[in-house]
Order: sequence, then structure tokens, then C-alpha cells
Amino acid sequence: MMAKTQTQTEAAPILEIRGLTQQFGGLRAVSDFNVKLRTGEMTGLIGPNGAGKTTVFNLTSGFYQPSEGEILVCGKKTAGKKPHQVTSMGVARTFQNIRLWNDMSVLDNIRLAQHYQLDYGFFHAIARSKHYKAREKAVEDKAHELLEVFGLHDYANELPKNLPYGTQRKLEIARALSSQPKLLLLDEPAAGLNSADAKELIRLIRWIHGHFDVTIWMIEHHMDVMMELCTYIKVIDFGETIAEGTPDEIRNHPAVISAYLGDDNI
Amino acid sequence: MTKYSLNILIAVFAILLLSMAHFRFIDSYIQIVVMTIGINIMMATSLNLVNGNMGEFTCGHAAFMCVGAYVSSVLSVFCFGSKFGDPLLPAASVLIVFPIILLIGGGVAAVSSLLVSVPSFKTRDDYLAIISIAVNYMIISALENMDFIGGSRGFQGMKDTVWAMVDIFDGPWMMFWVINFTILTVWVIRRFISSTYGKGVNAICQDEVAAEIMSVNTNKIKIINFMVAAGLAGCAGGLYAHIIGYVNPQSFNILKSTEALVMVYLGGMGSLSGAIISAVIFTMLLEVLRSQAIIDGLMSPFTLVFPDWEPSAGVIKWVMIPLLLVVVMQFRPEGIMGNRELGDIFPWLKKFYRFK
Repeated sequence: MMAKTQTQTEAAPILEIRGLTQQFGGLRAVSDFNVKLRTGEMTGLIGPNGAGKTTVFNLTSGFYQPSEGEILVCGKKTAGKKPHQVTSMGVARTFQNIRLWNDMSVLDNIRLAQHYQLDYGFFHAIARSKHYKAREKAVEDKAHELLEVFGLHDYANELPKNLPYGTQRKLEIARALSSQPKLLLLDEPAAGLNSADAKELIRLIRWIHGHFDVTIWMIEHHMDVMMELCTYIKVIDFGETIAEGTPDEIRNHPAVISAYLGDDNI
Repeated sequence: MTKYSLNILIAVFAILLLSMAHFRFIDSYIQIVVMTIGINIMMATSLNLVNGNMGEFTCGHAAFMCVGAYVSSVLSVFCFGSKFGDPLLPAASVLIVFPIILLIGGGVAAVSSLLVSVPSFKTRDDYLAIISIAVNYMIISALENMDFIGGSRGFQGMKDTVWAMVDIFDGPWMMFWVINFTILTVWVIRRFISSTYGKGVNAICQDEVAAEIMSVNTNKIKIINFMVAAGLAGCAGGLYAHIIGYVNPQSFNILKSTEALVMVYLGGMGSLSGAIISAVIFTMLLEVLRSQAIIDGLMSPFTLVFPDWEPSAGVIKWVMIPLLLVVVMQFRPEGIMGNRELGDIFPWLKKFYRFK
């Protein structure tokens, strides 16, 4: 019995979304969205501005509750769960406009993303018990390790707001990885970066993908970034899925071209 | 050696104060001022936990002080007083039971903080401020209508407990407890806020959405933070009640809450050492401005013009202190310390103590 359930969860896709619909008043931001991400895949989500891409991410990370449809992370439903519970199921994300805790040191930013793993309570923190110290040390070691591999160690005691923009992006990804996710949602990681920084970012994401053993799902407007990184791309417009497939298929898909460039017959 | 220097310094200072009080080097007026400073430190640091570290805006902190004061007063009269019939406990046990009574008062105050913390899941800023004022009024009005504990006439009889302590050893007992609980308060808050667990509070202040999505259980942290703040304020209330020997619901009204707010904003949001410093300055200022001679001196330009006007210290004090807040907000809006600790301003202090 035990073995059977285990094989089942292993077989279950890391993220499965079925018939996801989100209604904001009269606006249908996302309608009937389906996706299945397999472990280790790198998938892209593209679409013109206002297509509902970030809404899909907000729904996946539990920030909104969907009007219809269901989201399964590793075969478990996320309906009714709070965002931090979804995080503890192994989903971490970054934000389109960087949302770091700006008045806390870089090290603390990384440390705090492991907050849900702290299994000590208030009284352990007050008494500085053995359990507290062990846990705190584990968290700190993990944070230092992450800073080390991301090359942010020199900034450990700086405030994030004083860092260059590209480094803040990097830090946000490092913070997301600090919560030890199985699925990493990147919301426009290359937004606001110049082409040299974007190239660096492609290298970074590819390296993260191999090094941390995570499935990556990303939104991006830089098509060259997407074409180079993703093995599979979904295109949405006005909440509807208009195309999906490999980068080559998407590049020449008539619906995608008309969504981005407009129709001839307007 | 340097690791313990602050602890040693505090211990020496406490012993010095207590022995000066015991051998009457400082009279009972100064003693009251010292104890008020202690209580104000407790109020300011605990409110700072909510308004400074968590960035919520509550202005009904005196409500929790009130709950703590009443609960511990009633318990103390039940245990050692004669108002509700014979004392329940022998007077000899007072030294063990009294701190427990204070902690129970704090505990009940902590539970009562749910009245503010549960609405805070959905509301923030101005709306939460209104809720906290409402809770302040609710608690005061409820107590005013409880006739069995005096209602609006107030409640007394706690001095029996203090006298029971004096009977065991004739010393400045209330000052002893105030010093201990002040140290306890600062110690608890510092340890809470410097743990990764407690830093969730700061994360909520800086970006609540990011905190919730990046794994912080914001609702739980909010409840815990409010409970700690209210619990410590409750202990402060219990001490206050036993020092004065009399409590009245109206002494915990919005004015008392405002006092705590002024101390927090004066000291700097989110700075523990700032809250302590401003509590000391603020209490001293209150006492200085109580003197009619000083008020007369300060107001002499006006009284020269309006010779019939005789400003009273009790009234002018409440013009001066809000004015101080206005001036501070105008010229140093981040407060005395900003969100820095003493160690950030005087780096050499870091040799002796880790502030964060």
C-alpha cells in the first residue's frame, strides 16, 4: 500500500492545473487554463501585456483562490491553502517588481524564506534552547551556502535596497531557492535588465536548473531568453490559451504572431 | 568578560538603586518616578513590537495594561487581601505568588489581545487603529459596569499584598519587582525579535505579501506578536496597580495609550534602545513639567501680556508634550534613534553587547 502511494506521487506531475478560471468581477482574467509540468522540465508562459500570466502565477502560489478549476502540486490539491502552506508544499516564486524585504540584511532575507521550516515556537526562541540553536544554525548554514553559490557573500550584511538592480534580481531568486522548492516560478526575471545582464541571467537560470534540481516555470517578455531556455512554451492572450508547443512551433504559430503583432484585417 | 559586561552593569545599577531606596538615600517620590520609568519602558518597548517592528498602527495599548492591572489586582486581593473575605493564601507565600499573579494578569491581557489581532488579519493601518481604539473603550466601559470590582469608582486593596511583602522583609519590594519585570520585558522582546522566528514580524512590516508568499505564516506571527506585546503591557499594568494601590478604568483611557504612542514615536520606530531611551526621557519630562515653578518660568512671556492668566502645570504639561511630538515629527520624523539600535550609532558599544 505504502509503496503504491509512493509510486503514484512520483508519477504525479509536479504541477497540474485543470480548467483554471479566475473571474475578477466581470473580467475573466484566466479562463480554462490547463498545464502539466513534469519534474525537471523548464516551461515558459508568454503572452502580451495583460494576458493573465501573473494571475496564473498568483493562483498557483495560493495568493488568489481560483473561481473554478483545481491546482495540484505533486498530486495534492492547493484549494483552500494559504500561500505559506503552498510554499511548504514546494512552490517558491519571484515577483515581477522585486519584492525583497528592503530594511533587512541580505542574509536575513535568505534566512527568512525558510521560516516555515522552523519547528520551534516562541518559548524556544526566548529560552534559546538546544533545539533552537540547532535549528537556527542549520538555517544560517543553509543561507550562507546559498549566498556562497550565488556569489552574494560579500553583500551578506548589506541592505537589499543598496544593491544594483541585477543583483537584487539574483537575490530574489536566491531567496526563492532558500525555501527549498521543487517548483520555482519566475515572474519576468529579466525585466529591466540589459542584454548583457539578460545573457548572464540565462546562464544563471540554466545553472540553477541543473544545480538545484528544480522544475522551473517562467514568464518572460524577452523572446530570446525564452527560446533559449524553455523546452515547452504556453502562450495565453486575454486569459485564453492560444498556443502551446516547443519554441520552434511557437515561433511560427500564426495565432501567436497575430496576438503579438496584430491581424492584417483590422 | 566583555560578554557579560552589560549584565553586570545592569545588576550593579539595580542593586545600587534598591539599596539607595532601602537606606532612604532617595525619597519615596524619586522611588515612584523610578518605578514609573520602569513601567513606561515596559509599555514603550511592548508597543514598539507592534507599531515599530510589525508596522501596524494600534493606539489602544492601555487596554491591555488595564486588563492586566484589574486581573492581577483582583487575584491579589483574593489571595492576600481582606476585601473578599479571608485571604486564600498564607501571607508568607506572597513572594512566590506575587510574580505569578502578575504573569497571570499578563496572560489574560495576552488573550484579550485577540480582539485586535484577529481583525488585523484583514485590516491594516487606519482601520486597525480604529479597531484598537474601540477595544480600548470596550474594555474600559466593561470594567466601569462591573460593580463587584468597584465599577467606575475604582478598585483598591492591593496594598495588603505589598504590606505582606514588607512584613517578611522591610525593603523597597515594588521597586524590586519593577526592575525585574522591566529587565524581563526587554530580554523577552530582544530575544524574540532577534530570532529568525521573530524576524517574520519585520518581514510583515516591510512587505506583507512577500512575507506570506515566502513562507511566513503571517496570521500566526501577528497573533503571537500581539500576544507578547499585550502580555507585557498586562504585566506593566499589574505593577502599576500595586504601586498606586488603586486602579480606575479611566486611568487607562486613550490618554494613557497616547502616552505609550508618544514614547514609541519619540524613540524611533522599531528601535528597542530608542524605546527605552525615550521612555526615560519622557517620564522625566513629565515629572519636570509637573513643577509649577518651571511652568511659570516657561509661560512668563505670556503671563506678562495676560497678567490675569495663571497657567496650571497639570494643564500646560499636556500642551507641552504633544508640542514636543509635533516638533520631533517636524525636524526628526524618524524619532530619536530611527530604526537603529545604540550599537549602530556608537560602534564601540558592540564590543560589549550584540544589539541585533
